[in-house]
Amino acid sequence: MAYVAVKGGERAITNAHNLLAEDRRGDQSIPEIEADQVREQLSLAVDRVMAEGSCYDRDLAALAVKQSRGDIGEAIFLLRAYRTTLARFGVSEAINTRQMRVERRVSAAFKDIPGGQVLGPTFDYTHRLLDFQLMANGETPLERTEQADELLPEQVPNIEDVFAHEDLLEHETAAANENETVPFDLTREPMSFPADRDQRLQSLARGDEGFLLSLAYSTQRGWGGTHPLCGEIRLGEVDVEFIPEELGFPITIGQIMVTECQMISNSRTIGEEPPRYARGYGLTFGHNERKTMSMAIVDRALKNRPAEGEKPEFAAHDEEFVLYHCDNVEASGFVQHLKLPHYVDFQASLQFVRKQREEWAERQAAKEAAE
Amino acid sequence: MTEHQTMSANAGPGLADYNFAYLDEQTKRMIRRAILKAIAVPGYQVPFGSREMPVPYGWGTGGIQITASLIGPNDTFKCIDQGADDTTNAVSIRHFFAKVGGVATTEHTGDATIIQSRHRIPEKPLVEGQIMVFQVPQPEPLRNLEARETETRAMHAYEEYGLQYVRLYENISTFGRIAATAGYPVMVDDRYVMSPSPIPKFDNPKLHNSPALHLFGAGREKRIYAVPPFTKVESLGFEDYPFEVQTWDEVCGLCGAKHTYMDEVVLDDDNNRMFVCSDSDYCADRRAQGHRGPHAGHELTEIAEDVSKNQEVMA
Repeated sequence: MAYVAVKGGERAITNAHNLLAEDRRGDQSIPEIEADQVREQLSLAVDRVMAEGSCYDRDLAALAVKQSRGDIGEAIFLLRAYRTTLARFGVSEAINTRQMRVERRVSAAFKDIPGGQVLGPTFDYTHRLLDFQLMANGETPLERTEQADELLPEQVPNIEDVFAHEDLLEHETAAANENETVPFDLTREPMSFPADRDQRLQSLARGDEGFLLSLAYSTQRGWGGTHPLCGEIRLGEVDVEFIPEELGFPITIGQIMVTECQMISNSRTIGEEPPRYARGYGLTFGHNERKTMSMAIVDRALKNRPAEGEKPEFAAHDEEFVLYHCDNVEASGFVQHLKLPHYVDFQASLQFVRKQREEWAERQAAKEAAE
Repeated sequence: MTEHQTMSANAGPGLADYNFAYLDEQTKRMIRRAILKAIAVPGYQVPFGSREMPVPYGWGTGGIQITASLIGPNDTFKCIDQGADDTTNAVSIRHFFAKVGGVATTEHTGDATIIQSRHRIPEKPLVEGQIMVFQVPQPEPLRNLEARETETRAMHAYEEYGLQYVRLYENISTFGRIAATAGYPVMVDDRYVMSPSPIPKFDNPKLHNSPALHLFGAGREKRIYAVPPFTKVESLGFEDYPFEVQTWDEVCGLCGAKHTYMDEVVLDDDNNRMFVCSDSDYCADRRAQGHRGPHAGHELTEIAEDVSKNQEVMA
């Protein structure tokens, strides 16, 4: 048994890095994948990395996917660690998703809604059969997508507008403190509870897709159900506007692709107000429907704040549980830190257990002697 | 320190754009403010805007941020994990500061101005002017008694530590002794119950009235706390079941020490063991002074010396 394996050292680390680089490259007779190929052809991996990495940059996200050998959690970590070094020059205006250039937009609430149902690029109705052509030729001839006879309206009203006439949806307030112009930023301030909506939504937007998906699913299976209905999900580009101090008016600094979801859930009456549908909100960078829908369901579930002094009954209703555990960079680091040496504390624990065993053996011996 | 310290000349390639010691000066300022508050209220966990670091959470991000906010070009940095300078993560963190700060590094406890550590306090007594920086996985000593942060914060505020003592009492009734062996809770300055981080309880007494400043950084949990120099630090216990530290029947195989914290080394598959000082620098020091243990000359000593050589090359 070699002790060298336990004590690592500089040389071991350098060699491990070299081996990692070799493994990343794989068989060198096969052409190396380029970051722009990842960006264009593994675009949903790129989208997820941008969303959970909280950094809208397709090229860097593609680089992260390549560098991490397709390990999405690792890619998210890489992008986050880069993002944290960037200088901040301000906070943009809130994006206006009503003015989204919609690529996809469906509502499960009504058969038809203003702006129409637009299926867009979706896996939804594909049959999940492996397409061996993709493997055989490398290239599949693309069939031309048919052009619509009429253009989509420039502004597609959202589900809120549809319900507005009857005032059927609960009203959303921007922030608990209306004077607060700069939203809470988890990457600058520690989590605090009870969490305001901005903190919650930022946390969920950065949160792990798998974790939020399972939480959302748990509510559907009766662990804190809120009977969600997909009011609307839309995908498209929006303008990002910024007010430079020297100008004093907003200018467009770029476009970003976002997925937005509004979940409607069972009606509730608050105080003296008329009954209205409650809702949950989801928004992510890029095309991330599974994540965005899960986020909206969990946002809604977290509105079930227990009364003062009471504890939430279900995991998805428990703000501290959800927000403290949804970040996969934190979770992954802490779970995997168990690989680090723990022999000092283990030695302490071993001593304890050995002492317990000694005493147990003494007791057994005494018992046998008595018999 | 100047407003924008730039990287030293021996910074690695690709790192030229980063600030001295990686963090930007505004972030360092924010962390220093948290540290000052922590020093002013010994044992109190100060929330701070912990940044995302280029190493994973749980691998020392809190300690690294504290070190980065304090370290200057004149500092000498020592980094240990499990008491040893040559464990992979300690090597990695030391390398990080050598790379982004170009600071001098050392393995000698006496030569260091800042010592970052995971799970140990060095055996050699610390002196005035030295700063210990602990990497903390879970800053909340009450977390295993109460999962909710909102609750534990209130418990500290009201000095409501009954639950903690009940846990210790339950230990005694179940096991005949207090079960905590590492991360053993302490009372700081007669006010706050504090986790000393997962150091073995063997190291707890070293915190009491220590002339050094002890800083604790929890990056993932976003908390900083401190034990200022010459502060009362008392390990919890009862009059009839007082706090005790670990002792060994064995002596260090390499240097023969009997008064140090030991690592257990499995030598073969026949249940043969060797005990060695967990503090590798202290052990090497003793060997240099001529102390010999029953396994003196074991290959382990060569590895330690080999690593020291590598370190010199690196620095």
